[in-house]
Amino acid sequence: MSRYFTEEHEWVEVEGDIATVGITEYAQSQLGDVVFVDVPSEGKQFDKGDEAAVVESVKAASDVYSPVSGTIVEGNDVLADEPALVNTDPEGDGWFFKLELTDASELDGLMDEGAYKKYVAGL
Amino acid sequence: MSMNNQGRPTRQSVKDAANGAQPTSTGNRALMLEEALIFEISDSTRTGVDLLDAPKVASRLGGLERKAAIGLPGLSEQETVRHYTRLSRQNYAIDLGLFPLGSCTMKHNPRLNEKMARLPGFADIHPLQPIHTVQGALAVIDELGEWLIKLTGMAGVAMSPKAGAHGELCGILAIRSALEARGDKRSVILVPESAHGTNPATAAFVGYQVEDIPANPDGRINLEALIARLGPDVAGVMITNPNTCGLFERDLKTISDAVHEAGGFVYCDGANFNAVVGKVRPGDLGVDAMHINLHKTFSTPHGGGGPGSGPVVFSEALAPFAPLPFVERMDDGHLALIEEESAQDHHASSFGRMVAFHGQMGMFTRALSYILSHGADGLQQVAEDAVLNANYVLRSLEDVLDAPFGDAGPCMHEALFSDAGFAEGFSTIDLAKGLIDEGFHPMTVYFPLVVHGAMLVEPTETESKAALDQFIGALRSVALRAKAGDESLHRAPHFAPRRRLDETLAARKPVLVWTEPAAEQAEAAE
Repeated sequence: MSRYFTEEHEWVEVEGDIATVGITEYAQSQLGDVVFVDVPSEGKQFDKGDEAAVVESVKAASDVYSPVSGTIVEGNDVLADEPALVNTDPEGDGWFFKLELTDASELDGLMDEGAYKKYVAGL
Repeated sequence: MSMNNQGRPTRQSVKDAANGAQPTSTGNRALMLEEALIFEISDSTRTGVDLLDAPKVASRLGGLERKAAIGLPGLSEQETVRHYTRLSRQNYAIDLGLFPLGSCTMKHNPRLNEKMARLPGFADIHPLQPIHTVQGALAVIDELGEWLIKLTGMAGVAMSPKAGAHGELCGILAIRSALEARGDKRSVILVPESAHGTNPATAAFVGYQVEDIPANPDGRINLEALIARLGPDVAGVMITNPNTCGLFERDLKTISDAVHEAGGFVYCDGANFNAVVGKVRPGDLGVDAMHINLHKTFSTPHGGGGPGSGPVVFSEALAPFAPLPFVERMDDGHLALIEEESAQDHHASSFGRMVAFHGQMGMFTRALSYILSHGADGLQQVAEDAVLNANYVLRSLEDVLDAPFGDAGPCMHEALFSDAGFAEGFSTIDLAKGLIDEGFHPMTVYFPLVVHGAMLVEPTETESKAALDQFIGALRSVALRAKAGDESLHRAPHFAPRRRLDETLAARKPVLVWTEPAAEQAEAAE
């Protein structure tokens, strides 16, 4: 099980060919209080970089991109009632969606935790 | 000398200073009155009008008749007047002080405009009156339209759109119609990051796919990126000029030429026209459609004070597709209202109708009054003074506030700052709330998105140097507190009728309907 990060501040956790996607602690701190989350429904297909979810905070609405290509197997429906989970546990219970990977080699282009930390420090 | 010391004291004694004051039993603060919701102060036994009892009639509504009371608040006329007057005293308005909301052009509304708009010949007419009885009103629409065409260097104008975003919709619908008329299927509208937030929403609403074009580090459109994206699928671009960073898009002519070359159209968001009115004609820059916010540039009231009005000017290429109705001068000198498409004349391609009648008549009268009282030279000075005032604000504050594009040269009508340099944990929202305590409406905050913690200040031309200095002084003092990490700023405003509101809770669990406390309790008990 390993975790990857994108420059758009999404994290991807891979277990077998299922990837769980959410936004990072840094992203939630920049967004401020999240008030609305729209996650994709099962069966939707995304290419890497497609807009897959929407997160709305008191400050602004932002798109969440799919960091890898795949088919949605589950959206985190709990977020509809409890968007605050994105603030309190962004890299745990506040996950957005799980998808079945189309091409595991896409993960190679993503950052590991150390590289992402360095990237954020440079912002 | 015998001195009378029995008179009324005119100076506050040290003892009375606010710090030691008791909270009042009413919750009122001197003559600033607390006000409950209208439902809380009303009951069903009171009314402001005497109505006859309804006659008893046999109901023909079957099972559909109302079973409970309608639930309107019951108050006497005086109670109603007091309720709204009390609320209005907690409000802030351009008639109370400087209103620096960036991108909104909150300028003074000259009282002459109001006088003109209240003339019975304009105020007391009805859109369905016979045309020969409203020739004067139609002449106002016609003459204002002529001015807008002349000021923008365009070929035609649609007067009916009701405000900025409605004008955008009008422009993009015209672009779509023009493309459809030549059988051209294009699916993409390009919107630079420096454009107004409504632009992408408009394009999406019309059914286009919206694609961002990045901004350069200097706050202007990335020309290369835009030109590289043009192609047979691009219907047009939507550009705000001057843009939301308060900067003039210098490459607009080059952009327009490239867009036209690629078969697309150029929409310009004219919300910031105040900075260039009388100086730049968008038609000369290759713009195909642009809305003009009469309620900004031409001083018709807005921000709760009046309806918007967003006429759209069109280039030669788009004018035939403009929406109905038109005011047109006939050969005999009379003004007619063209309400239907007719194949014989140049209205055959109109994309249809956007509103029931002719547009915002009251706004037309005010805008024309403003234009005529300023004259062409006066309008030029409007733009010059608006830009001068904004630059005065920019340069007076750049030693305490970070001005991200301060080095890019003078700004246009608005000055843009970021929250860089604030103490850890302090943000633009704290400064904005602190400004309320200082007696000012805050500027536009967190927009444009290209700047971190953006603060967008548009002073407009109607503020004197003294008023600007007062505002600058207030903003400077709050900015210094934010930089020094003054904790009290986190709890600001301290002196407003309401303290900092829980915006998160309001967004997550909005309460949109008032429920009678008894009903609420019953619901909770269930």
